[in-house]
Amino acid sequence: MKGYLDMELLRFTTAGSVDDGKSTLIGRLLYDSKSIFEDQLHQVKETSERRGAEEVDLALLTDGLKDEREQGITIDVAYRYFATPKRKFIIADTPGHIQYTRNMVTGASTANVALILIDARNGVVDQTCRHSIIASLLQIPHLIVCINKMDLVNYDEVVFKKIKDDFEDFASKLDVKDVRFIPISALKGDNVVNRSDKIPWYEGSTLLYALENIHIGSDQNHIDCRFPVQTVIRPQTDEFHDYRGYAGRIVGGIFKPGDEVIVLPSGFTSKVKSIDTFEGPVKEAFAPMSVTINLEDDIDISRGDMIVRTNNKPEPKQDIEVMLCWLNNKGPMPRAKYIIRHTTSEAKAMIKEIRYKLDISTLHRNEQEKSIGANDICRASLRTTKPLLIDSYRKNRSTGSIILIDEGTNETVAAGMVI
Amino acid sequence: MTKYNLTHLKELEAESIFILREVAAQFQKPAILFSGGKDSICVVHLAKKAFHPAKFPFPLVHIDTGHNFPETIKFRDNLVKKLGAKLIIGSVQKSIDEGRASEEKGKNASRNAIQTVTLLDTIEENKFDACLGGARRDEEKARAKERFFSHRDEFGQWDPKNQRPELWNIFNGKHQSGEHFRVFPLSNWTEMDVWQYILAEKIEIPSLYFAHQREVIWRNNAWLPVSQYIQIDNGEEVTTKKLRFRTLGDITITGGVESQADTLEKIVEEVAAARYTERGNRADDKRSETAMEDRKKEGYF
Repeated sequence: MKGYLDMELLRFTTAGSVDDGKSTLIGRLLYDSKSIFEDQLHQVKETSERRGAEEVDLALLTDGLKDEREQGITIDVAYRYFATPKRKFIIADTPGHIQYTRNMVTGASTANVALILIDARNGVVDQTCRHSIIASLLQIPHLIVCINKMDLVNYDEVVFKKIKDDFEDFASKLDVKDVRFIPISALKGDNVVNRSDKIPWYEGSTLLYALENIHIGSDQNHIDCRFPVQTVIRPQTDEFHDYRGYAGRIVGGIFKPGDEVIVLPSGFTSKVKSIDTFEGPVKEAFAPMSVTINLEDDIDISRGDMIVRTNNKPEPKQDIEVMLCWLNNKGPMPRAKYIIRHTTSEAKAMIKEIRYKLDISTLHRNEQEKSIGANDICRASLRTTKPLLIDSYRKNRSTGSIILIDEGTNETVAAGMVI
Repeated sequence: MTKYNLTHLKELEAESIFILREVAAQFQKPAILFSGGKDSICVVHLAKKAFHPAKFPFPLVHIDTGHNFPETIKFRDNLVKKLGAKLIIGSVQKSIDEGRASEEKGKNASRNAIQTVTLLDTIEENKFDACLGGARRDEEKARAKERFFSHRDEFGQWDPKNQRPELWNIFNGKHQSGEHFRVFPLSNWTEMDVWQYILAEKIEIPSLYFAHQREVIWRNNAWLPVSQYIQIDNGEEVTTKKLRFRTLGDITITGGVESQADTLEKIVEEVAAARYTERGNRADDKRSETAMEDRKKEGYF
């Protein structure tokens, strides 16, 4: 029991298409970690039989919507959950095909770890590159490359080494810091949860052990203090007559009572009087805590403002360079205007220029190609109606990200990472 | 665990509080859909935390099928009184009386599906533009694809193939008038997380969740409580069992599981060892493989 209350949360993303064993791998993780219930298994068995399969198809455990089951494909991001005594895991399970890039980007946006699956028979292919490039663009801190279907290549170390070398060659062009390689067979269960006796030459850990032990404590930014105000809490009761607290979620740094702070964009300075929670005031607060901050001085603060330290501020900018992933079926019109959302603030934005389109299988920058459609990733310059308090995405995934919303349809049409 | 890491429950709590505050900030007239079950009780608890020391800015909305466990209603009324919250009741009986919904016939008749009519009418009457619910993604396969902020068109319908992408922690609640959002702050929680949280936070829940003696019949592979709302066939035998409920829905569709767990600690142990999903005893999900997806598209919870 006590163990459970000490658990950490790890979010990871997988991408893959029908044949590379992604669903089998997830099914295997859920099944071997005993996260599958009898009635779920029963349903999967029934469906497997009805379709004439010889063995229980673990991949069916991850099927979602009716259309997906009928077509045997993953279309949307599905979230799945399992836990071991050490960690709780959230899997963002995404399709792998290029036409679903937006879903991969969505799944990657909150992940600590990306699982990259390689079919040992095929080695590094376009799709491997695509998934790795997305992981790098979205700044997922850790990559685990699973070289799958080792059973089909006789658990051969030479095959594993060759793929590892090829991947490392390619990954040298990427912005990833932590990559590890694991030879597995999702179908047979080798090195997924249980160590394989067929791969004696591999001395590293199993996949589950890696997921349980990867150090994620440093994934949050604990240096640059950033507190976007969500809403102002004013009880207006006798007991809390003058209470005025700024509610929000810390997205960077560590705040303490007594800290000198500046409120942006107004530029007023003050000191943190207290950091309140339902349980009472706390001595310090850090990302990703949701708290309520009280200041010494009565300043006009509202949603969209940001409380930061006086000596470490984000840059207020109206001209913003972003890597943009287009999410909507309708591409942008030249000089079209959109609503831009950044943390809790909102403004309007115009796409001034598409600088280049990125080929996400090769990283090639195509400066001639300016027409953008769904699933395209491009570098663009935006001009906003008011300054946004931004950091680079590399520095902070929260203050460095934006979305664009179509004013007519209200749909989220693009996601951007500030360069 | 280092000093600047949150436990998974604290991180889930922080995420849910963030969502609740976003709803208060982005919508004109939000409400909490309150069923009296453990998940909506958790949503209420989190709302209390999110806006402390102020009251949370949402009324509670209960869609009353008339086929409730009496314990649920008692619990609801107590909680509303304690919170000083506003309670809005949408009555399925009234929808039937007015001819807006028609009652199912037959042995397994339930009001589960026609609640959707009352729910959508209540949302429209009160002009709610966001309804917070306790649904979780681990509950059911259609729910695994649900967004935190889930758009509903002017007919209250969910279009699973055309959902808005949700990236990072930026949530887009923009809508036309007449449309609304369903918002699910517990999206990333599992049944185990909810129970652990209830235990850790000492949250009060209805007595139905604890093992107790009850008259039941064995139907559709579950112990169904005997009540005035179900027909008992000649072949069916009424027995008394010590059992508890893992989920709470209508008394006509909520099956109990035999259990000795009469404390929260024991429930948590039982959930940890459970081999069946909690909705495995819900007749409403058993109607077809896509029962939940079909109902959700229509505007169900």
